[in-house]
Amino acid sequence: MRGIEIEGQSEDTWFPIIKGMDLTLHRGEVLGLIGESGAGKSTMGLAAMGFARDGCRITAGSIKFDGMDLRTMPESERRKLRGVRIAYVAQSAAASFNPAHRLIDQCVETAMLYGVSSVAEARKNTIDLFRRLHLPDPENIGERYPHQVSGGQLQRVMTAMAMVCGPDLIVFDEPTTALDVTTQIEVLASIKEVVKELHKAAIYITHDLAVVAQMADRIMVLRYGEVVEEAPTRRMLTDPQQPYTKSLWAVRTLHKDEDTSGDKLLSIRNVVAAYGGGVRVLHDVSVDVPRGRTVAVVGESGSGKSTLARVITGLLPPVSGSVEFDGKPLPPALAQRPKSLLRKVQMIYQMPDPALNPKRRIGDMLGRAVTYHLGLTGKDRARRVSELLDMIELDDSYRERLPMELSGGQKQRVCIARALAVEPDLVICDEVTSALDQIVAEEILKLLLRIQKELGVTYLYITHDIATVKAIADEIVVMHQGKVVESGSKTEILTPPHADYTELLLSSVPEMDPDWLDNVLAERAKGGAGAAIAQDR
Amino acid sequence: MHPIFKTSLQRLALGIATLWVVSVLVFGMFEMLPGNFAQAVLGQSATPEIVASFEKRAGLDQPFLTRYGTWLVGAVQGDFGVSYNSLMNTGGQPRTVSSIIGTRLENTLFLAVAVAIVAVPLALGIGLLAALYRNSIFDRVANAATLTSISFPEFFVGYILMLFLAVQHPWFYATAKVDSLTTFSEHIARIGLPVICLVLVIVAHMMRMTRAAIINLLASPFIEMARLKGVPPSRVIWHHALPNAWAPIATVVALNLAYLVVGVVVVEVVFNYPGIGQLMVDAVQSRDIPVVQACAIIFAAVYILLNLSADIVGIVTNPRLLHPR
Repeated sequence: MRGIEIEGQSEDTWFPIIKGMDLTLHRGEVLGLIGESGAGKSTMGLAAMGFARDGCRITAGSIKFDGMDLRTMPESERRKLRGVRIAYVAQSAAASFNPAHRLIDQCVETAMLYGVSSVAEARKNTIDLFRRLHLPDPENIGERYPHQVSGGQLQRVMTAMAMVCGPDLIVFDEPTTALDVTTQIEVLASIKEVVKELHKAAIYITHDLAVVAQMADRIMVLRYGEVVEEAPTRRMLTDPQQPYTKSLWAVRTLHKDEDTSGDKLLSIRNVVAAYGGGVRVLHDVSVDVPRGRTVAVVGESGSGKSTLARVITGLLPPVSGSVEFDGKPLPPALAQRPKSLLRKVQMIYQMPDPALNPKRRIGDMLGRAVTYHLGLTGKDRARRVSELLDMIELDDSYRERLPMELSGGQKQRVCIARALAVEPDLVICDEVTSALDQIVAEEILKLLLRIQKELGVTYLYITHDIATVKAIADEIVVMHQGKVVESGSKTEILTPPHADYTELLLSSVPEMDPDWLDNVLAERAKGGAGAAIAQDR
Repeated sequence: MHPIFKTSLQRLALGIATLWVVSVLVFGMFEMLPGNFAQAVLGQSATPEIVASFEKRAGLDQPFLTRYGTWLVGAVQGDFGVSYNSLMNTGGQPRTVSSIIGTRLENTLFLAVAVAIVAVPLALGIGLLAALYRNSIFDRVANAATLTSISFPEFFVGYILMLFLAVQHPWFYATAKVDSLTTFSEHIARIGLPVICLVLVIVAHMMRMTRAAIINLLASPFIEMARLKGVPPSRVIWHHALPNAWAPIATVVALNLAYLVVGVVVVEVVFNYPGIGQLMVDAVQSRDIPVVQACAIIFAAVYILLNLSADIVGIVTNPRLLHPR
């Protein structure tokens, strides 16, 4: 790809997304495209297939695939290449499979349409790929519908779908981003194995450095639609040249000294919780939170960590068990709690957008909380809002802005300020950095740490990300399938020996070392701790 | 039992319950009307003796619950009582409501089916094509044309059609008068203009909904995936989008088909077609309450039945319900 320029449409104006980019990929090579959201990674990946999303257009440059120019050939010709010689694996497998058709029918569709092989042969081929990708029951899994298969399995089915026609190039667009770490590692391993064995060229798009380090032979760092730096993986990891690349690499250095002192602010005892009176999602959960400290609740999706937050806030009264706050029992349901208690427990959500009323100005949002809970009005209220904006490092002029005029990180700051506006004792942070880019997330974490130091506020920090936990926690609670697997101080939990599940979780977190994946798999094959659980999944 | 079957049965039971509530409302409503029924039907000049004798024959001297019970038992078996009009002249033979409504309902259903056979495929076809070629000339013309046709009042469209297609160019019958002697082919020929008129009225809604449902789906990741698999546009619409769009389309089709039964009175009057809509209007004018009640129940049943069918289509085309985990 030479001199590629792509524009996107916003309302009636076109603005550049890719500003003149070159990309070269050799047969059998895996190229990693890395960058933050909005860097143009996906757009570039799709352009490699001669495809632009609705509302985007390729305005300049040439795309040569095996000697053919994808830009100048007619659409009908491009269509014959897609799925046959160039295939795509999307981020969310659950959304990218048609809910109305069986998996196997979707897998063989391209082969059938373009007569690449007979349907029977394509089916056989697909089942063979299912087997190679270590899917359970490869003969029959294709007969299922997408909703009947788990996320990690679907992602592998999609990889198989991409490979059925034996393409020369596969574009992987964040294929494991939506998965839990313990699932991610298996999908990564399967993809890596198949790509290598079948000698495919691939473009691997991700925002996760550690993942790209495992998958790519060569890495290209993108920012604002331009190439920042390009180098073979090992050199890129050990010796980045550009300041931006260095800053990306440096991200994982945030550290906090642990301190587990402090009297109990929150004490959860033997809580059992269920939704709609049916399925139990929390089984006998007990957690203590010391005042002025950070307790990180770690677990994968479905482990019950967000449900725990709902129990504490009173949104979901527990079936049994008790929650004690500041030495006194907390009424189970929200409606039973007095206003003074509501003030003391605040919550910050993963997605700042749905949490902020798009029609309200920032100053109003903060001011309302201040007036409602602290009774401040007029000048006092204005002063408090200024203090809060100052605390989250935003200029006073932001009080007149609407949420849509803020960036993702700034919106999350406003959410933090709103929680802190009422001087709470406990702030529950539910995956507050998961939706943010690494560098922005880092700044948010720094802000949270600084505020804790200044105000002595207590955090219950819910996350699936071990790196974040290492950065900010004093104590860690590991949850799995609605139970507390292990809890204790950060050092206790993070130093071996671990409980089996903790071991699996920790060892599944990708590291920057390009040999990490192979080493972990070799280790697990030998049958280390956690291997048993990994086998079950 | 398959969950779909179970859900469908539940919906059916709910529909029957709704129908029962409607029957209570319809029956109770007339009870609550002020004044004396018999007096109103017979007119100011009727003597108390005549009123009493009428009340006795019509069963109006019975208490409310008894009358409702008798009526309900009959209605379940298709017997909606006796027309008040036929009771007025003492010498005449009383006519049952069912015999009065029977042919009228048949006529209305005949017209409705004829319109549906033309309008539904037409609307879906135009909707799909408009989605496939969206923002093209075809899309714009289709949108503008259907919007125009739905914006004119039915009677206006009816008279215009009559003027051009029956008077100036005598291709169709100007009126749709049919009776028991009309043959099937004659019947079809007679209703040409009302069919065209109603098609123009209902196509817009269904077509626009089809288009919107498909276009809404075209933004889904699985459609992008299909395009990246090299699937041609027509197959993307037909094979990937449409199977996921049946639920909203079925809902709007059901609503429009219901309209064909319960809302066609204007068209019936314009073309002088002996359907159930006209009958109900006449019955209201002459205070023939049993006929009005029966019409109301039939209309409610049509609505409930069609919405039930739309629900079932929605369930059957949802693989999550059809193939549980």
